Amino acid sequence: MDLPDLPDAEHQNVRFADGLELDCGLTLPELTVAYRTYGTLDAAGANAVLVCHALTGDQYVAEPSPVTGKDGWWTQVVGPGRPVDTDRYFVICANVLGGCMGSTGPRSLRADGTRWGTDFPPVTIRDMVRAQKRLVEHLGIERLFAVIGGSMGGMQVLEWAATYPDALFAAVPIATASHHSAQNIAFHEVGRQAIFADPEYHGGRYHEHATIPARGLAVARMAAHITYLSEAALARKFGRRLQNGGLSIFGDMFQVESYLRHQGSTFVRRFDANAYLTITRAMDYFDLAADHGDDLAAAFAGTQARFCVVSFSSDWLFPTRESRALVRALNRAAANVSFVEIPTDKGHDAFLLDEPDFHRTLAGFLAGCAERAGLAR
Amino acid sequence: MNQVGRPEPPPTGPVKFVAKNMRLDLRLIAEMIEPGSRVLDIGSGDGSLIETLSRTRGCDARGIEIDMAEVTRSVAHGLPVMHGDADHDLAEYPDGAFDVVVLSRTLQAVERPREVLRQMLRIGSRAILSFPNFGHWLVRWQLLSTGRMPMTSVWSRPWYETPNIHPCTIRDFMALCDQDGYAIEQWLAVDDAGQRSPWRRFPGLANVFGEQALFRLRRA
Repeated sequence: MDLPDLPDAEHQNVRFADGLELDCGLTLPELTVAYRTYGTLDAAGANAVLVCHALTGDQYVAEPSPVTGKDGWWTQVVGPGRPVDTDRYFVICANVLGGCMGSTGPRSLRADGTRWGTDFPPVTIRDMVRAQKRLVEHLGIERLFAVIGGSMGGMQVLEWAATYPDALFAAVPIATASHHSAQNIAFHEVGRQAIFADPEYHGGRYHEHATIPARGLAVARMAAHITYLSEAALARKFGRRLQNGGLSIFGDMFQVESYLRHQGSTFVRRFDANAYLTITRAMDYFDLAADHGDDLAAAFAGTQARFCVVSFSSDWLFPTRESRALVRALNRAAANVSFVEIPTDKGHDAFLLDEPDFHRTLAGFLAGCAERAGLAR
Repeated sequence: MNQVGRPEPPPTGPVKFVAKNMRLDLRLIAEMIEPGSRVLDIGSGDGSLIETLSRTRGCDARGIEIDMAEVTRSVAHGLPVMHGDADHDLAEYPDGAFDVVVLSRTLQAVERPREVLRQMLRIGSRAILSFPNFGHWLVRWQLLSTGRMPMTSVWSRPWYETPNIHPCTIRDFMALCDQDGYAIEQWLAVDDAGQRSPWRRFPGLANVFGEQALFRLRRA
């Protein structure tokens, strides 16, 4: 495939000239955090909600992306009158460290004018959260009212609660886990190997060859996308139907194949392969218990935050049992925790889709917290 | 989690501060809880007890509920409730995490009532329990006269599908408290009409005429 590199759109951002010290021991000489905000910060600075995006998400949570022109990825959840009501809360969403929508990552230019590429240091979920903390401080917010996120965004929520327990009032980890499972790492590795196997990858120096490893990245996306859906959802949406309704299955394509190819080919127009490698690695490294003496409860010791853990019944990538393990660790820490499993056949992706029970739960939890926090209505 | 179904008795007697339409035993339980307490309500149902405690008594009240639809409704109502159950989720809490742990109309339906009681008094300084009294005269009479498992408004499900697998009488419960070393701080029985029984000092009579029993315990 011959595709141009991602467009260099202008993204609202803040630069920190003093850089960022990373878990790997290296220091980024300069840190840029691209972000968007919605709503108005109240006089006390008490109504700020940080939304953390997932692996391939971005900061355009409630508005069209300037790169794809498509609607924000969580418009059903974030917006006026939505569960995360922008008439009431000041919503912040930042592109993660290591991403490709304007925050410092493998696509960023170094001081010498070349792109980081594969020289970009490995980052962790905690590094991402540290970058977000810098942004939050820059915006003049001492304590966030809530930190909310699904999947990898949920990992960031947990890391926020563990690393900055006094900097948030409520935490909503959705469809997530305290560590990436061996199975999840395995699926990520398939995707990474697909990218490495693409001749256009050029050892990560594809920018120098004015190309991108589109085929490999598309396969990575296709493999990952299967993990975001449930078997039931695939059967319901596509079954064994053929794309053109032909009589012979030979030479014809199943609808599910066509769907996955579409997912792959649109993905490569908006995502950088090296960023994909960097971020999947960050997810794989994530193990909150390991960072706290193999005791997950210790990560939350003494926390005063109010938690709302949400899982989805047909999610096999981050199954309910992992949410339950998280809840039990929070119980051991005597934390205030709500926990709901939403019945759905939509798999992991359900957190991004129309799930009225989930939306009601989130809205009600936030309203209850707002009452406790004394936020104005 | 409230497996013993029973029509709502009309609110009777003075109700000091709690919602008028709340179940009688929950109103009585709420009256036993000090303002500002840390409370865990096991089997929180629709959340009416924790809502009353947190909104009118300044308590930090949380719930555990086994019915996911009730959990979702409670959380969507702004109440801190988690999905879980008495048999499996109490062991996780640290000692003394709560001032009061409540288990209403559920003891008879758990797998291991004795262990649940032990956990309640490990994680809480006080335990408040309500349960239907299997020693009630109508239950005794039905078993005696028909020779079949009693079916009353309280014990309303046939033996082969009842979730109430561990029925006990008021005397049974008192004996267990004695055996396991729990001090009964307060107890009362409620009769068929939903009135508090006048047999405070006569457990034997309460065990015959009380339909529901309510106990507040502490570690002795």
